[in-house]
Amino acid sequence: MHRRREPLRLLWLQSGGCGGCTLSLIGAEGPDLIATFEAAGIEVLWHPSLSEASGREVIEILQRIVDGEETLDILCLEGAVMRGPNGTGRFHMMSGTDRPVMDWVAELAAKAGHVVAVGSCAAFGGITAAGANEVEACGLAYDGQREGGLLGPDFRSRSGMPVINIAGCPIHPGWLTETLHSIAAGRFGATEIDEWERPLSYTMHLVHHGCARNEFYEFKASAEELCDMGCMMENLGCKGTQARADCNTRAWNGGGSCLDGGYPCINCTAPGFEEPGHSFTRTPKVSGIPVGLPTDMPKAWFVALASLSKAATPPRLKENAVADHLTRSPVDRQKKR
Amino acid sequence: MTRLVVGPFNRVEGDLEVKLEIGDGRVEKAHVVSPLYRGFERILLGKPPADALVYAPRICGICSVSQSVAAAKALAQAQGLAMPPNGELAVNLVHATENIADHLTHFYLFFMPDFARETYSRESWFAAARERFTAIKGTAAEDMLPARAQFMHLMGLLAGKWPHTLSIQPGGSTRAVTNGEIARMSAILSAFRRFLERTLYGDTLERIASLSSVAELEGWAAEKAPESSDFRHFLSISRHLDLRRLGPSAGLFMSFGAYTVDGATLFPRGVHDNGHLALDINAIAEDVSHAMYRSGADALKPFDGETVPDIDREGAYSWCKAPRLNGKIAEVGALARQLVSGHPLVLDLVSKDGGNVHARVVARLLEVALVTMAMEGWVNALRSGERFIRHADMPDSAEGAGLAEAARGSLGHWIRIEGGRIANYQIIAPTTWNFSPRDADGTPGPLEQALEGAPVRSGETEPVAVQHIVRSFDPCLVCTVH
Repeated sequence: MHRRREPLRLLWLQSGGCGGCTLSLIGAEGPDLIATFEAAGIEVLWHPSLSEASGREVIEILQRIVDGEETLDILCLEGAVMRGPNGTGRFHMMSGTDRPVMDWVAELAAKAGHVVAVGSCAAFGGITAAGANEVEACGLAYDGQREGGLLGPDFRSRSGMPVINIAGCPIHPGWLTETLHSIAAGRFGATEIDEWERPLSYTMHLVHHGCARNEFYEFKASAEELCDMGCMMENLGCKGTQARADCNTRAWNGGGSCLDGGYPCINCTAPGFEEPGHSFTRTPKVSGIPVGLPTDMPKAWFVALASLSKAATPPRLKENAVADHLTRSPVDRQKKR
Repeated sequence: MTRLVVGPFNRVEGDLEVKLEIGDGRVEKAHVVSPLYRGFERILLGKPPADALVYAPRICGICSVSQSVAAAKALAQAQGLAMPPNGELAVNLVHATENIADHLTHFYLFFMPDFARETYSRESWFAAARERFTAIKGTAAEDMLPARAQFMHLMGLLAGKWPHTLSIQPGGSTRAVTNGEIARMSAILSAFRRFLERTLYGDTLERIASLSSVAELEGWAAEKAPESSDFRHFLSISRHLDLRRLGPSAGLFMSFGAYTVDGATLFPRGVHDNGHLALDINAIAEDVSHAMYRSGADALKPFDGETVPDIDREGAYSWCKAPRLNGKIAEVGALARQLVSGHPLVLDLVSKDGGNVHARVVARLLEVALVTMAMEGWVNALRSGERFIRHADMPDSAEGAGLAEAARGSLGHWIRIEGGRIANYQIIAPTTWNFSPRDADGTPGPLEQALEGAPVRSGETEPVAVQHIVRSFDPCLVCTVH
């Protein structure tokens, strides 16, 4: 029996990011975002893109939370924490307050029931932390792969949970709406997250799972250029066999994924994806063997299996792998020509 | 005189603060502040050129495809690479999907909710506006969000996902489509047309596209009740509030041109300054006299541009640079695009009242009809089985300019490659033009000028007229501060 609850109050702030997670979220389907929030019993105290309140009204909401006059159940941060220059946070000032956003986030997090990092920027620093990271971007509880971030590794929100990292660039709307719904239903605990505090609901999977190119992978029938139909692991930098997300079993925009789009997985749910140490769409190799091997697979086995399967590649797959359309169809042995 | 700081500014993309000096119930002076610095131009230094296609879209989650298109065009110029016809069509379709979705997001989620504010509670039209357009709770968002999400299925098919696709490449698109998928895309566009015709316009796309004068637009609006469609609803509110008098354009209008097929553009490149002029790209320079960047010179052309933050620079108040065309301010966006294209309705609107809040919104909604119709043609022109992309090696040394039109206006990427690496990368986003700070001559940017004279109702701390003017530009601050 469904028990009526008090609505959960959600506050959403943005810092060093692109707004893409919000825009992705607006595309939530089946049901849409507003229905999803309603179903989860979530009341949006303020969201920069969706709410009416502007200027002083907003600052008053923030101040009431900091002063303990308003309960904050869920704090979402989208975008990296901007610590620069020199740890001052002045690269991102909160409009109308003359204070760094970083300071607001730290104060609000201390009051929140749950703290949710929306996207890889808020979780780990993400793309904003790329290059020399002159802006000193970091995540809420991580600075790249290092524990720390703005809040430190020991941070626990009022619920006792660490920062929940909905990593991804951008997030899939379902990753967030399902997590929020689970939090609201009291079903989201410490066993629901992985070692990077990402919801297991989507990181139990590899991007490889459900990839429409799996047959090409099996026979190491490789694409050579972007737009070729073959497996993109060998030449085009695809990290689908290592990347943890359900992108190929959960449709993006009705029925897509990066791999379906004809380009490789860049492992955007992982800390540090922004600096792979090689060109994103080329696979680094040592004596012809890709450096990044599938997760959990011993190298010797991979090499042995790859050479076997390459020897057994059917002509259909060999041809289709380097074509931009499927050119040769499977043959039905029952049909006599 | 009183001073007012307005911010955080909601329902714009990114962070914005507006400092106002108010006297006699009007804004006398405005300073527009972008309070965030991100540094993409510096992140890109030293990277392999093709990696720009991973980083650049992540400048902006609302116009990430536009960023991709500009980056791909810059690389294409450096490589001397041209797209096959299917590639052009597919990229146009992906780009148009984003631009139209942007216009809808702007109209329904960002712009119209201001008319549901309490400050208008005594107006005769208030009850209807509140029911339809209240933020989050209005019925309009309920209608629009599912329609938008289904329309974005084009992204799933043609780009893998949105935002942040890698499908757009210098030589075309990485996603070839089959005849079955072409049929699905046609069906998606039909469903979207139905939403536009029933809900947004209350009329056919063809009828909207053919409106050719202010008189015709007013006649069309009067045919049915204001609440019969969202466009008529807006026109009615606009007439009551006289939005034609609000937020005047101050400079010339510029468009880089959009949607090329076989060398012809749907919307041409040019400048509108009381008439059509050719655009000289080399006349663009960015001034940083009032922006928080170090500079030896006050204005640099994009290929020579620099981005070195200097947070304590004297007299500087924004992370937005001040691009100028021949030293002049330029307004960019749907209004500029349709003026440069010579659409008769938009030309008539501007010849009568100049650029303003009303004209910016009408131009945007007109463009939704024009581009949707063009998309139907592009889908039909796709040829399954033929190439969608060409490949070429990246030269060790080269330069390229990628010019595109985002929903918000002209977007340019300028890349210089040396030793196989990115040696310089400069970005001028639409909002950089519209929300630019003052330049070395002290000339305020387009929004700063548009805000001068805006009425402030007594007791207002977040003047609603200021909100309308700012949002009429549909700003994207995350792009602006890269």
